[in-house]
Order: sequence, then structure tokens, then C-alpha cells
Amino acid sequence: MSKTKKITIKAFRFNAETDYLPYYKKYEMEIGKDELILDLLNRIKWEHDGSFSYRRSCRHGICGACGIKVNGKATLACKQNAMELVELFGDELIFEPQSQKRAVKDMIIDKGDFWEKHAAVKPFVETEIDPHPTSETIMSKEQVENFLDADYCIQCGSCHYACPVIEVNEEYLGPAAFAAAYRFTVDPRDEAGKERLETTAELGSGVWDCVKCYECAEACPKDVNPIEKITKLHNMQFEQGVAKRNVATKHAEGFVRSIKKFGYLDEQDIVLYSEGLGVVKHLSEALKMIKAGKVHPFDIMKTKMPKSKNLDEIKKLIEISQKNKL
Amino acid sequence: MSNLKYALYTGCTARESTPELLSSTMAVAKKLGIELVLLDEASCCGASHLQDFDEFLSLVLNARNICYAEKLGLDMVTICNTCQLNSAMTKERLDSDPELKAKVNEKLAEVGLEYQGTSRVRHFQYVLIEDYGLENIRERVEVPLSHFNIAPFYGCHNIRPSELHHEVNGNENPYNPTSLDNLIEALEGNSVDYESKNKCCGFHVDLQAPETSNALSGGALVDAIDNNADLMVTPCPLCQLNMDLKQDSAGKQLGREIELPVLHLPQMIALALGCSAEEIGLKYNVTKATELIS
Repeated sequence: MSKTKKITIKAFRFNAETDYLPYYKKYEMEIGKDELILDLLNRIKWEHDGSFSYRRSCRHGICGACGIKVNGKATLACKQNAMELVELFGDELIFEPQSQKRAVKDMIIDKGDFWEKHAAVKPFVETEIDPHPTSETIMSKEQVENFLDADYCIQCGSCHYACPVIEVNEEYLGPAAFAAAYRFTVDPRDEAGKERLETTAELGSGVWDCVKCYECAEACPKDVNPIEKITKLHNMQFEQGVAKRNVATKHAEGFVRSIKKFGYLDEQDIVLYSEGLGVVKHLSEALKMIKAGKVHPFDIMKTKMPKSKNLDEIKKLIEISQKNKL
Repeated sequence: MSNLKYALYTGCTARESTPELLSSTMAVAKKLGIELVLLDEASCCGASHLQDFDEFLSLVLNARNICYAEKLGLDMVTICNTCQLNSAMTKERLDSDPELKAKVNEKLAEVGLEYQGTSRVRHFQYVLIEDYGLENIRERVEVPLSHFNIAPFYGCHNIRPSELHHEVNGNENPYNPTSLDNLIEALEGNSVDYESKNKCCGFHVDLQAPETSNALSGGALVDAIDNNADLMVTPCPLCQLNMDLKQDSAGKQLGREIELPVLHLPQMIALALGCSAEEIGLKYNVTKATELIS
């Protein structure tokens, strides 16, 4: 393979003060194997158009300023080798801001919603501080390892603006805020854990509105794996008795009830059990399913339900492995 | 093709509200001479919800399912993206963490089982592509799909997180997956290129946040329609259910009329291989695709 490659960059251009609509401008350049996306941003500005705007600061993957999207992929410009993306997407790279509807100028966005939501989970250790301590606060290796990977978050916004729920639900706190909520809740010095669990348990804004698309895990340049932390928050809500009985928590817990009986999920029962009286809102869909022969509403004895072989094993495993209760 | 044999983990949906997924999977396997042994002992994978309630229990139950494939000495094959994710994630965690594996095996020992890590966990889509081969599938086509613009909808849990799946999904690029497009082309259909093909359908919040679910599924359907799709195809029955069943409510929310048949991947393949509408259970699809097979 040759050491350089000629590529085209299609860059999103927009100035909120003067432009009615955004547009794309093409830049051709020969790139080297060691160049970073940040180098290409610099070259657009230095070699082609001085008005091209983007955020940059540390150049060390620490400050989180230079997050953009390249061909839809969340990218921390100073950490991402350009040739790698050429291999992934071909020789046309599309540079876009993390969120087009929040664009202020070219790659620069208004990140206000990110900071507001991040702040909402108290992303700091909250505790009474003894002004004259006589010894250090010692943490065990295990205690540190509990939150170490979450602590690598640099608030770059990659996961936040990759999350599809952020785009359609303004209340939703988002994966970065949840990862921070987890990080400080499991910190042994912290005393605001219960409050954070309550905040993140709210329907609409909390973890129960996660669609489980794994976009955040894919987007994070620091391997924080936010959705893994979201799962941990879910579990901690049950472990610490914060989880309230609602459609979402009953839905999660209801799986055990079905699996005990059949091994399989009873798809009709889980909706009835989770929704309670709210089940009426599914009427039109239920009728469609009945009409297509997908469900059997009058099968009271559940003769049509499949049953796992060796169901006794499953029951026993639930009995000896289940830790949480609603 | 000689001796392709796998342990089939059906998941719940294929045995309940999407029986057409199971029948069309079996029809494809029969046509291609692939042997699928049903894992009748398996339980629900927890559908990514059980793990929110009790993560350890979810690991134990998923490990148990894999044990039964290991007993047969076969790879475990899934036909649902979410089953694939939960099974593969369990496998990855147990294979990389001996302590956790020991804890899970301590429970499994109580019912006389042991998770070893000897079976791979793979989705039927990639088994067909990698083991049977696109060229061989192309040769078996009896009814080319050349009249149809088909929008592939990949479904999150086969492509993300890519690090988990890359060894069993042909290193699919989660930002620009191509395997389904290639499969459609092999059946001589026209694959539709549209932005939403690798996006989320919103199924997993359909109970607690139907507006989110409708916005995501409706958005993808509209995107496919606007790019001239005649039908959509997906390897995931949860995507299929959400996209097939909720077109009216999603359309109402988006202020658009939405009507697009959504086929399970094996239904589409079976059609091209010459199976009948009955064999692929077309009557169970809510948004009717009957005209497509006339």
C-alpha cells in the first residue's frame, strides 16, 4: 500500500448568523498514513479556507473539545487516524458536527443541553469534608476498579449525540450523564448515590428510556461503555430499593415470572402485567395481531404457549441465582 | 455444501407471535440442506430486559442455553438479533473472566451442567453468508427478486457493539453495514441505500416510551419509503414486529401514511428459493405482502 492517498473531504458548512441553510464543500487532499482527523481539519483551515471553524485544544484525547462525526461515526478528531477511516469508508470522508440541529458554525455546536444534563446527576463526589483530616481516605483496588473506566469520560459528547433518544426526547439525560451518575454513585466517598439513583429512575428522563441500541458504546473514544453503566444503574435501583413499581420496572421483573412458568417469555402476559389497566392503549395493535393469527387471547389455559424442556432446571437456577426483587 | 449442522436457538418470538420466522428459517435450511437441531431445553434470553432487573440471573440463564449447544458439539445459531446479543455477550463475559465463569458454573453445577465456552454463537444471517456462501445461494435462486426494491434493516444487536460481534459477523462496519445488501443482490433484488438502515427501531422502550419507539420505527420506515422501497427486510423479529405492527400509530405521530411490508430475512430468502407463501407464513405478516408473491 502506498504511504499517501488522495481523498476528498466533504465538509458541512454553516454559519448560524448568516446562513439560512447548511451546505457541503469539497476539499481534495493527499493524506499521509500518520495524519489524524484533527490534522485534516487544520489543513482545511490553513490550506483552503481560514473561515472554517472547529473546536480543538489539548490534542491528547483529554479535553474532549474536538468531537465531530465522520461519515456518521462519532469521532474524537485528535485521536482518530485518518487512513483508518479511509479504509472503513472509502476515499470520500464526510465531516459533520456532532449534531446538525445544534450547529453554530461548521463543526462547532451548542453543547448546552449536554452540560445541563451532565450537571443534573451531580457529577462530583458529594460528602462532608473534614477540614483537618488526620489521615487519607484510602480506597481499595476493587473500589477504584468499580469506577475507573467510567472515570475516563472526557465529556466530549460523542455518545450523547450518537444516542437516538436524545434526538427525539428532550427530557432524556443521555448516556454520558448516566455514566457519570454511575461513576460517582459507586465512589465509596460519595453520599449522594441514592439521590442519583432516584434521578436516573425517573420515567422519561432516566435510564428506563434507553433503547439499547449500543450507539453510545460504539461512539465512546475512551471505552467508557456507557450502556454497561446504564445496566448497572438499573440493577442498583433494585438492589438499593429505589426502583418504583411502574410499567418499565414491572416489564424487567416480569420476565422472571414468565420464565419460571414456561422457560419462554409469555408475550401476552408481560404486556398485561407491565401495563395493568394501561393495557387498553395496545388494543388496536392487539386486534391486528389477533387478526393475523399471531396471538391467542382466548387461550386461558395457555395450551399454545411453548414450554422449555427440563423446565425444572430453569426454576431451580432462578431460585438459587436471583438476587434482586421489585 | 456438505454437513452444515447447527444448534438452533429459536428465542421466544419465533415460537409465539412470529411463527413465520421459524417456519421460513426451517424452509430455507431444508432447501439448502442445512441441518438445524432445535434447542428445546433453552429458555428466554431475557431480551435485554431481564439483565436490567438481575444481571447475574440473566448470565446464568444464557450460559445454560449455550451449555446445550456445547453438549451437541455444535455452534449455536440464533434467529433474533437480541438473542444473539445476549448469548454472545454472556459468552464473551464468561470466556474473558474466569472468576465470573466459576460463579456461574457453581450455579449450573446444581442442575448438572457446566459452561465451557466451546460453541460459537452466531446469527443465521452470517452463517448463511459465511458458511454456505453468497455465490452458492445465488445459484439456488428459483424466483429472482428483480422486481423489488428491498430496504435492508440491519437491527442494532447484530452490528453493535462491533467489538463483540466482529468475529461472527464478517467484521461488519456498524456505520455502513453491507452484508444484507449483498444478500439481497445475490437474490437478484435491488437493495435500497438509505440512512436508517443501521439505526434503532425503538422496540425496547415500546411499553414505557411509545413516542420514542414510534419516532424511531416511523422514521426508518419513512426513510425507506422515500428511497423507493417496495419492502423492508430484517434479520431481527423484534425490529420486524415493531416496524410491521405499528405503522398506523407511527404514521399518525409523524403525520405520514406509512405502508410497507416488512419481511423476516428467512422469509425473503425462502421466497427467492421458490418456497410458497404458506411455507414462509406470509399470512402472519400484519402489513400484507401478498401481492409480492403473485
